Amino acid sequence: MIRLLGRSALAVVVLTLVFGVAYPVIVTGFAQLVFSDKADGSLLERDGKVVGSRLAAQAFTQPRYFHPRPSATAPEYNAAATTFANLGPTNPDLAKAVRQRALAILKLERPYNPGLTIGDIPVDAVTTSASGIDPHISPANARLQAARIANARGLSPDRVSQLIDDNTDGRWLGVFGEPGVNVLELNLALDQETS
Amino acid sequence: MTANGITQIVLYLVILTVLAYPLGIYMTAVYMGTLRIPRWLAAPERGFYRLVGTSAEAEQGWKGYAKTSLVFMAVFAALLYLLLRLQGHLPLNPDGLASVNPWVAMNTTASFVTNTNWQYYGGETTMSYLSQMAGLAVQNFVSAAVGMAVLAAVIRGFARRSAGTVGNFWVDLYRSLVYVLLPLAAILAILLVSQGVVQTFHGAATATTVEGAQQTIARGPAASQIAIKQLGTNGGGFYNSNSSVPFENPNPFTNLLEMLSILLIPAAQVFMFGRMVGARRQALPVYAAMMAMTVIGLAVALPAEQHGSQVLRDSGVNLAAGDGSSGGNLSDKEVRSGIASTVNWAVATTNASNGSVNGGHDAFTAAGGAVPITNMFTGEVIWGGVGSGLYGMFFYIVIAVFVAGLMVGRTPEYLGKKIEAREIKLAVVGALFVPTMVLVLTALAISTSRGLASIFNPGAHGFSETLYAYDSQSNNNGSAFAGYGATEFSALLGSVGLWLGRFAPLVAALALGGSLAAKKTAPPSAGTFRTDGPTFVVLLVGVVILTAGLMIFPALTLGPIVEALQ
Repeated sequence: MIRLLGRSALAVVVLTLVFGVAYPVIVTGFAQLVFSDKADGSLLERDGKVVGSRLAAQAFTQPRYFHPRPSATAPEYNAAATTFANLGPTNPDLAKAVRQRALAILKLERPYNPGLTIGDIPVDAVTTSASGIDPHISPANARLQAARIANARGLSPDRVSQLIDDNTDGRWLGVFGEPGVNVLELNLALDQETS
Repeated sequence: MTANGITQIVLYLVILTVLAYPLGIYMTAVYMGTLRIPRWLAAPERGFYRLVGTSAEAEQGWKGYAKTSLVFMAVFAALLYLLLRLQGHLPLNPDGLASVNPWVAMNTTASFVTNTNWQYYGGETTMSYLSQMAGLAVQNFVSAAVGMAVLAAVIRGFARRSAGTVGNFWVDLYRSLVYVLLPLAAILAILLVSQGVVQTFHGAATATTVEGAQQTIARGPAASQIAIKQLGTNGGGFYNSNSSVPFENPNPFTNLLEMLSILLIPAAQVFMFGRMVGARRQALPVYAAMMAMTVIGLAVALPAEQHGSQVLRDSGVNLAAGDGSSGGNLSDKEVRSGIASTVNWAVATTNASNGSVNGGHDAFTAAGGAVPITNMFTGEVIWGGVGSGLYGMFFYIVIAVFVAGLMVGRTPEYLGKKIEAREIKLAVVGALFVPTMVLVLTALAISTSRGLASIFNPGAHGFSETLYAYDSQSNNNGSAFAGYGATEFSALLGSVGLWLGRFAPLVAALALGGSLAAKKTAPPSAGTFRTDGPTFVVLLVGVVILTAGLMIFPALTLGPIVEALQ
């Protein structure tokens, strides 16, 4: 038994060195050599300063920007403490939160979309994402916000539509996953267009 | 359900099978010792055996095999606990995280040594890089390899005749680690980084956002850990929200890769089983039964999630699929994954004992959430954990041939081995111990004020959260209705489930393997019940559903079924 304990301890040390140190260090070395931008978090820069990551939503509240999905992190869009909202399918708090978000959207978008009703709001606009930093909104959600953006920036609706399409990540091979509009990249493109 | 959603899932199952088949052939060679190993690889292998005082030719009986594996895991657990408790004083902690508190450290140790990866902590806010790499990621490899090793030993029990031994734990462990897990993980890790999964030793990044706020972006050596947590049916995320976080799973391609990795090795092991026992046809009904139960789960969960929850439907927002929206219950789901990919993942991760998630299960609809609960409750034998899934399925197989034997009035046999009282007893213990424990732990947690303190959601869903927590931990899954909170009580109760849920079936399976190895093999006769045809698929699925399904049904009534009626 003592001998087995000793052998196990030796095995533990060796396996920790190989799988806990050598393996991640070698993978990191290779990753940094070949894909350093991606390995470091796909950060986006503007004028030499990091403005965020293409893989993380950030807060946008001004009317001239597309807004991301709701986030359950504290504070919102905290890319250092991701979390689900964990509200169950029958939770009254979920009903309340969804209703408040829907009303806020109607108030914000109706001036630019006369006759907009709650049934026109796609579900991703009123539900929290899983990560709290979902970088995408659905194309339908982007189209809903397009009129406001066009108005705020004096752009033609066609041009805004075009920018939405340019910043949409499609399904892989046209089959897997769902299309999503990258909000940060789209907003950066808008700023470039009208600055 | 959309046509695209069904296409995605069917393609997933087809690609899985196409990849699993050749891997099964390769793994057969690994465990039969017929793999041709180049000299530069053979030297470290011999070195490892010398270090632990064994050789490639040495053999152990099932008791020796079980003892070695248990002592090895105990030593590893002690080291992991110390590492977590001391991380604040150790290097590779660029974000200055404190040492882990005793309760979380205890539960986490149990959780990772047992191949579960239940997480009562948020990865990026609790664990230093050293703890993630040298503690948790090592366990991801080793706990998986232990399961794979034990499976190889049990299969040898079916294959050997009048034998006293089932293999050598150290040899099976080493070969699982170095010839199966390491190459697959390295390839997957590099593929993931190429798509945007982070892999860096630089600490968190700071950004000044477009609107002028500060945003801190947690980073770390994630891809190397995610690769093995997917392949080794571990599931513990680098980030709190696991593979829903874009830095763990940035796009639909990585989502497919990670989802395939969940079931790749368990599926390949079914093909490996047929080859190792020298009867490839015997693997097919087992594969078909697992596939059938996967499809049943998908067929329940996919329409439920696409239909959406009552609260969302009542709100009046647009839940329809198409026209630039995936529709459905997108609560705690990501846009790029949508409904189909999230449901596919949820079913796969609870078929297997993986437990990684790409969406929040707590927010699933009643029927959508009942599927993971039921999947886990089978003991995770629908593919199941690497190794543990198939050795768990052997319990049901033994019960199935016993039932068939009763029906035709003959001594039950499987692969020419007579199934007698000892095997039946071991199979019943193996199949029923964990489900019984799940119900007992859930009852304890739901009937005490300390247990109730963990519940987050009101009403029937709070019961579902509790049931999910002990179902997941006892079956070594690790996914959660994540609202369920960490308290000292829940961490302790969960640890009981974690340890017993791993070791009771593991020892029962090894005992079964040892018992079968000692038997002679009889040639099939005219009266032998055939276990290589469609009848056996139906029988096996029926036994799993009757055994596990009837036990979980009353509990489902109190949780998801009440909720569905609300």
